[in-house]
Amino acid sequence: MKALAARRHHRSAPVVLLLLALLLTGAVYAIAQPASADAAQAAASESDVAAGQKLFQANCATCHGVSAEGREAVDGGAGGPSLIGVGAAAVDFQVGTGRMPAQMNGAQIQAKPVQFTQDDINKLAAYVASLGAGPAIPTEEQVDPSKGDAANGMALFRTNCAMCHNAVGAGGALSQGKWAPALDDTTPTHIYEAMLTGPQSMPVFNDANITPDEKRDIIAYLDEQRDGSPGGLSLGSLGPVSEGLWAWVVGIGLLIGASVWIGAKSS
Amino acid sequence: MSTHHDPSTDLTTRDGAPLPERFEDPGLHEHRARVGDTDPKAQKRAERQVVVLFTISILGTIGAIVAYALVPPGETVGTMRLSNLLLGLGLFLGLAGIGLAAVHWAKSLMNDHERAEDRHPTASSDAVRVKAVEALREGAKDSSIGRRGVLKGAMVTSLALFPLAIAVPLVGNLGGGWDVSQSKRTMWRRGTRLTIDPSGRPIKASDVTIGSAFHVIPEGLEEAEHPLNEKAKAVVLMVRMDPRDIKSEQGEGWSYDGILAFSKICTHVGCPVALYEQQTHHILCPCHQSTFDAADGAKVVFGPAHRPLPQLPITVDDEGYLVAQDGFDSPIGPSFWERLT
Repeated sequence: MKALAARRHHRSAPVVLLLLALLLTGAVYAIAQPASADAAQAAASESDVAAGQKLFQANCATCHGVSAEGREAVDGGAGGPSLIGVGAAAVDFQVGTGRMPAQMNGAQIQAKPVQFTQDDINKLAAYVASLGAGPAIPTEEQVDPSKGDAANGMALFRTNCAMCHNAVGAGGALSQGKWAPALDDTTPTHIYEAMLTGPQSMPVFNDANITPDEKRDIIAYLDEQRDGSPGGLSLGSLGPVSEGLWAWVVGIGLLIGASVWIGAKSS
Repeated sequence: MSTHHDPSTDLTTRDGAPLPERFEDPGLHEHRARVGDTDPKAQKRAERQVVVLFTISILGTIGAIVAYALVPPGETVGTMRLSNLLLGLGLFLGLAGIGLAAVHWAKSLMNDHERAEDRHPTASSDAVRVKAVEALREGAKDSSIGRRGVLKGAMVTSLALFPLAIAVPLVGNLGGGWDVSQSKRTMWRRGTRLTIDPSGRPIKASDVTIGSAFHVIPEGLEEAEHPLNEKAKAVVLMVRMDPRDIKSEQGEGWSYDGILAFSKICTHVGCPVALYEQQTHHILCPCHQSTFDAADGAKVVFGPAHRPLPQLPITVDDEGYLVAQDGFDSPIGPSFWERLT
């Protein structure tokens, strides 16, 4: 106490006091702030947020700005959207599928091997979620295919998704080199997050449009497709292109082979 | 005939000898004996091969029946697949065995001496042809068609009319009606709520976040007389974008705070246009790649479509639900309806 008392007339005392007051205000605000409903955000500890911020500044700030405020691309340089309010779900999807950090510019950002451990992704997500309220990472139960109704999922998928992602989720082309990816290997959590956040060209399907239960139904439908096709070879489920190729090359090839054999003289 | 002799068009045979006056029929190739014809062992072997092929067929057929009895399709994809696979394999072996055995038998065991069969001349003999013409002429004379004008008219009329009995119902059944104007009217009226396809939940404007795409049907679609017909005309794609991104609209105040609703029926040939790219605001048609710019009054920016997707004017009611201000002001779907009425 003596030391404190001795220094209260120090030149920098007002600055130190101001800083302390600011920190206190910030802390009180953070505590008094209405608790967000999502579980992931509540579970994210202060240290996660801090660690996430470090990771963010090291790996993401070049494009998204030091405080995730976004940066305009100047002269073909790197630029990225603001991440304030995109939520933990967007981070978990973009980083968890390897799309972020982006490797190169192009028609669209491509999925690639994941660059971070799930632990680091969670820290990044906690940091981005702390910047503004946004959709949270869904719980295990929310994405459990065995709890969904695949038949209802099919009706929803047909109406909302099939036009871009193909009737069984085999993917398809969009304009100018963009495409809707195949969903064969996408994890249920990432499917859920994609619907919730609408990455890149994909529109957002929020919980008012497709309710959480309906999202799980869609996941259940896609999960059913992974068991394979009951009719045998699906040939990529691409429709007339692969089926036509098969019929013309293999089918007609066999017919020609058989005719040649029947017509040839026996030795 | 020219006496000029041009050596470049002179034909010769390969060894330089002049061409013969007339080519001789070379006849059949010299008969070559098969191994089985001279070696009884080889013949025995071929016979065994045929027996084996028939045996494969027998086993295949039995296998198919056994598979049918023992491996039902069941409930899961895996069991259905197994059941289909075994049935198909059995059928394939059953038929292919017979076919391969028959061909192999004919080729290796039956005699292979070449035979030529001359074709019959197609024309009948002259006497028969004269007789036929005579019979026809006699019939025409007997009917006195040349003199009886009314009879001839009646016959021609009846023959000409009869195909109508088939053609009229056939054409009449196309589309079930010729009321073209019904393709201009949809279920959308002033105050019809926008609801989610397929659940039919009404949509609050506040629930439509920026970047969203909603697939929309009119409220009360299920109660309509022909729900599917009505749905085919009334489906709507609704998106929300930052109001600052909107360059133009088809009508003043037809959107609500960045929420825009367009007919989902392509104006080219009527496919559902529902591929929405939320970053470019482009709506694509999967059939012929027509592309519409939702931010610019759904103008055609690419592809064969000729006019913009009709915009549904919308607003919100007292409870905050999205409702139509009115029906579409231009016909939905392919452009030819517009020209018809």
